[in-house]
Amino acid sequence: MNNRVLSLVLSRLLIAVITLVIVSFAVFFATTLLPGDTASILLGQAATPEAVEGLRKAMHLDEPAILRFLRWIVGLLQGDLGTSYANEMPVADLIGGRFVNTLQLAGVTALFSVPIALTLGITAAMLRGSLYDRIVTVLTIGVISVPEFMIATSAVLIFAVYLKWLPALSFANEVTSLTDLLRIYAMPVITLTFVISAQMIRMTRAAVIETLNTPYVEMALLKGASRPRMVFRHALPNALGPIVNAVALSLSYLLGGVIIVETIFNYPGIAKLMVDAVSTRDLPLIQSCAMIFCLGYLLLITTADIIAILSNPRLR
Amino acid sequence: MTMTHSETKAARISGIRLGYRFNIVGMVGLSIILCWALVAIFAPLIIPYPVGEIADLDYFGPMSRDFWLGSDYLGRDMLSRILMGARYTVGISLAAVTIACFSGVVLGMIAAVAGGWLDTLLSRFLDALNSIPSKLFGLVVVAAVGSSIPVLILTLSIIYIPGAYRFARALAVNINAMDFITVARIRGESTLYLIRSEILPNIIGPVLADLGIRFVFIVLLLSGLSFLGLGVQPPYADWGALVRENIGGLPFGAPAVMFPSLAIASLTISVNLLIDNLPQKIRDRSE
Repeated sequence: MNNRVLSLVLSRLLIAVITLVIVSFAVFFATTLLPGDTASILLGQAATPEAVEGLRKAMHLDEPAILRFLRWIVGLLQGDLGTSYANEMPVADLIGGRFVNTLQLAGVTALFSVPIALTLGITAAMLRGSLYDRIVTVLTIGVISVPEFMIATSAVLIFAVYLKWLPALSFANEVTSLTDLLRIYAMPVITLTFVISAQMIRMTRAAVIETLNTPYVEMALLKGASRPRMVFRHALPNALGPIVNAVALSLSYLLGGVIIVETIFNYPGIAKLMVDAVSTRDLPLIQSCAMIFCLGYLLLITTADIIAILSNPRLR
Repeated sequence: MTMTHSETKAARISGIRLGYRFNIVGMVGLSIILCWALVAIFAPLIIPYPVGEIADLDYFGPMSRDFWLGSDYLGRDMLSRILMGARYTVGISLAAVTIACFSGVVLGMIAAVAGGWLDTLLSRFLDALNSIPSKLFGLVVVAAVGSSIPVLILTLSIIYIPGAYRFARALAVNINAMDFITVARIRGESTLYLIRSEILPNIIGPVLADLGIRFVFIVLLLSGLSFLGLGVQPPYADWGALVRENIGGLPFGAPAVMFPSLAIASLTISVNLLIDNLPQKIRDRSE
């Protein structure tokens, strides 16, 4: 039986790798679709044809696209991310520190949103149909159906404009004390926590309710188990897989949220770097950032799938 | 069930026979959507000031009798700009969702009916496409080909084709296993006939509900892209771009920042309400 689980997990990993190849293909070709010649755009209008030709050679632009793609992939695998068009710096140097900043933001958000969301989601499922459940459901649907920047602007209006507790903008490089750190992280983390928690509450609630609807849980109720016992002893152990799956899936929403939140709060993370790179059309930088994001996303959804496979008792 | 009873009663009271019965919440959702649709069509006729005209001497003006929703960062009337913005937000999203759902559903049905390697290949490819985060995909495409309205519509629809495909395929596979399909196959009907006359009528209800949900996603993504400055470009502005333009007014709590967001929220929430309260008859037609 264990062989079956192993082969399922392995095939899922294989699919992830194939997906990654297709994704890198898509990212590379989307960014090379750029109309106009990159070399002449870089050199400006005053460039001589010889200079443009030289740069084209130096950048390997005269080679077929598939060769450039392979060169790029091999470079990525060796840790060479290329050189930024805009400021001639190695992309790896530009990304390095900012990547850590983004990971910190994501980590702190996960630290807050996972316990909050699990508590709310599980209790809402336990008290299904009650006023509490309805309030939680309506609030989560409300948060899910508005854009992230609305939650961010509302948070600024409430905490910075009306209550004046926090600064409206954050700069992570001006940290001098612990309170500064708290004030800087507070707003982006509050916003992201709202966005992620809403997704997570919804999925957790659905997962628990699905387990509560199974005949064996009804049996536990019929034989006289108390409601908390029914939920915690009988239902939750089996709902654990779907719940962890839901957590991993909702964490993948961090990626979209982070792009908006870093932009609005001027947070020096990798998403802000990428948005800036888009406005300057700095292709190597965009490609690398896009690959990092896709990798993170793929990692999260693959983990979610593997957890779902591992936790399925029918496969054990 | 008492449903038939209340159904006839409702039909008698209202005097119209739509065939479908919406509950109150669904009706509220539907009427807000219709309102925005009308606004999008007739916007140039109802705006109080021309969109580009600087009407207010003050920038980020408060709400007043002349400027119902205040004025923006240049002193232009916010109400007019939001009403005109409806054209871009609703129009682009509607076009994108139509393309996405049409292609996704057609491909999904073909994959389900044809099966075999075509099915595997399509599913694998579209799944891979699906594992690029949507905002990121938008960013990369805009970086590559620039942002114009046709590009936006195409990008948004490509992003949401895999979801529509998956949904339609899952439904169509169930229908495909039924006896009347086998009978039709034995009769020697073509694939085109199968998907058009046998499968589509049986999945159209859930597919329409799915279209509504996808519309919400597209509105949110379009607003997000515009908010990042990568969607609709000035001088035109959809609701997301309006928030971006006026974000400078946030520290003063200017109404110009909140109202475009509220417009988006009213549209997306009412579509969600409508979908959640669709008559059972439409939603579960395949069951």
